[in-house]
Amino acid sequence: MNDIKRILIGFWSNLVTLWLIFAHLWRHKDTVNYPEEMPYLPPRYRGRIILTRDPDGDERCVACNLCAAVCPVGCISLQKAERPEDGRWYPEWFRINFSRCIYCGFCEEACPTAAIQLTPDFELAEYDRQNMVYEKEHLLISGTGKYHDYNFYRVAGMSIAGKPKGAAESEAQPIDVKSLLP
Amino acid sequence: MSAIAAWFTPEVIAVLIGMVKAVVILLVVIIASAWMIWVERRLLGLWQDRWGPNRVWWLGIGQVVADMVKIFMKEDWIPKFVDKPVFILAPAIAMVMTLLAFAVIPIAPGWRIIDLNVGVLFFLAVLSLSAYAVMLGGWASNSKYALFGGVRAAAQMLSYEVFMGLAMMGVVIQAGSFSFDTIVEAQTGLWYVVPQFLGFILFLLATIAATHRAPFDIPEAEQELTAGFHTEYSGMKFGMFFVAEYISITLMSALVVTLFFGGWHGPLLPPVVWFCLKTGLFMCFFILLRAALARPRYDQFMESGWKVMLPLALLNVLVTGGIVVALAAH
Repeated sequence: MNDIKRILIGFWSNLVTLWLIFAHLWRHKDTVNYPEEMPYLPPRYRGRIILTRDPDGDERCVACNLCAAVCPVGCISLQKAERPEDGRWYPEWFRINFSRCIYCGFCEEACPTAAIQLTPDFELAEYDRQNMVYEKEHLLISGTGKYHDYNFYRVAGMSIAGKPKGAAESEAQPIDVKSLLP
Repeated sequence: MSAIAAWFTPEVIAVLIGMVKAVVILLVVIIASAWMIWVERRLLGLWQDRWGPNRVWWLGIGQVVADMVKIFMKEDWIPKFVDKPVFILAPAIAMVMTLLAFAVIPIAPGWRIIDLNVGVLFFLAVLSLSAYAVMLGGWASNSKYALFGGVRAAAQMLSYEVFMGLAMMGVVIQAGSFSFDTIVEAQTGLWYVVPQFLGFILFLLATIAATHRAPFDIPEAEQELTAGFHTEYSGMKFGMFFVAEYISITLMSALVVTLFFGGWHGPLLPPVVWFCLKTGLFMCFFILLRAALARPRYDQFMESGWKVMLPLALLNVLVTGGIVVALAAH
């Protein structure tokens, strides 16, 4: 008798399972139909890397090489150059191999001038591998990216033409070490 | 000209029509079964809150073509340690035997390959032979998981074939014939699922076991046996086992419809449509079973087969026979 009860309960429980799974037919589907339906990507999503400009339209990158040094896969390389008219540093060329890049965002964290930034664009696909290597003209955008007001040369102590020592924002005048006055 | 026309005697024409019908049924069965791959992936997806393959052509219907092209391109590698002739023979047996059983299934009035007066027995015989494909495939592979799969297939076959045949006997007793055509004709008023409900449940469980599908996919239990009997198979030989499994789902669905759901009978629509609709519904039910139920251990399956299903099937035969005899005596 007990066995018959056990069999009937087991049979019923299997029928309930069948119905529950069948009812999933009209549940909400978790799949995002990607090309037609774009997934929401947060603004801080780490995708394709860009180089930004400061609010005055000059490129932010000072070619300090910190991004290339911190990059765990070594996909960034650049060459420093100096602008003769004002002494600003800039990269002569800047190259990111996106087929190596792992989008860790270390370069963005290391960058002292907020020049290199990651964007929520992940659609990097090429038929030719060589096309995954981005040069400076592909990387440099005309906008400021995530930080609209930041201008490194306006706040940093580095002197360039037209902005001597002590002329930066919130920067004290340099101390005259040859004077005894406090 | 008249010499050529003289060749087409009524007998020759009948034979030719029969051959055309056989080829049409064969092609439809194979295409429908291959199409099941897509149906299964779509339905499993929907039941798991996904969409499934919906990219290739309309609703992803071309996924089958893509899958077929892929499997044809694959290297058909035969391991060095296998028993080569048997290894090659096994998938062919699987295909041929499942297709052969279709010969006796009546699809519509006059639309079947052959009306055997021992159709049910023929079907059971062919089904037993198709179990050899799995056993031989597992044995010839010469590897432990494949062997386990083959042994389990043999054990499973012993458990389900007995009560499967007995579950069909209720219908046979009621119709008074082994011929599928007569059985379908006998269901004009009332489908046998009503008077033979117990037989239907038992037969349905046996068909799941016969197709080696989840929840009774014990011979190819992925979690335990890698892939069971077809572990060593690759390329189109694996593809043949794969398609044979879907053909056998189509076959079993067609059989359940023929025996218990009135075959081609149904209002308004033409008989072929009714038959295909009912069969399609049962094919979807097979997929639902896979999506929903967990696999029992194989000792549990054998125990239930011998200790529960067999007595129930015998009881069904006994009661049906008793009632038929009592009614005939009146």
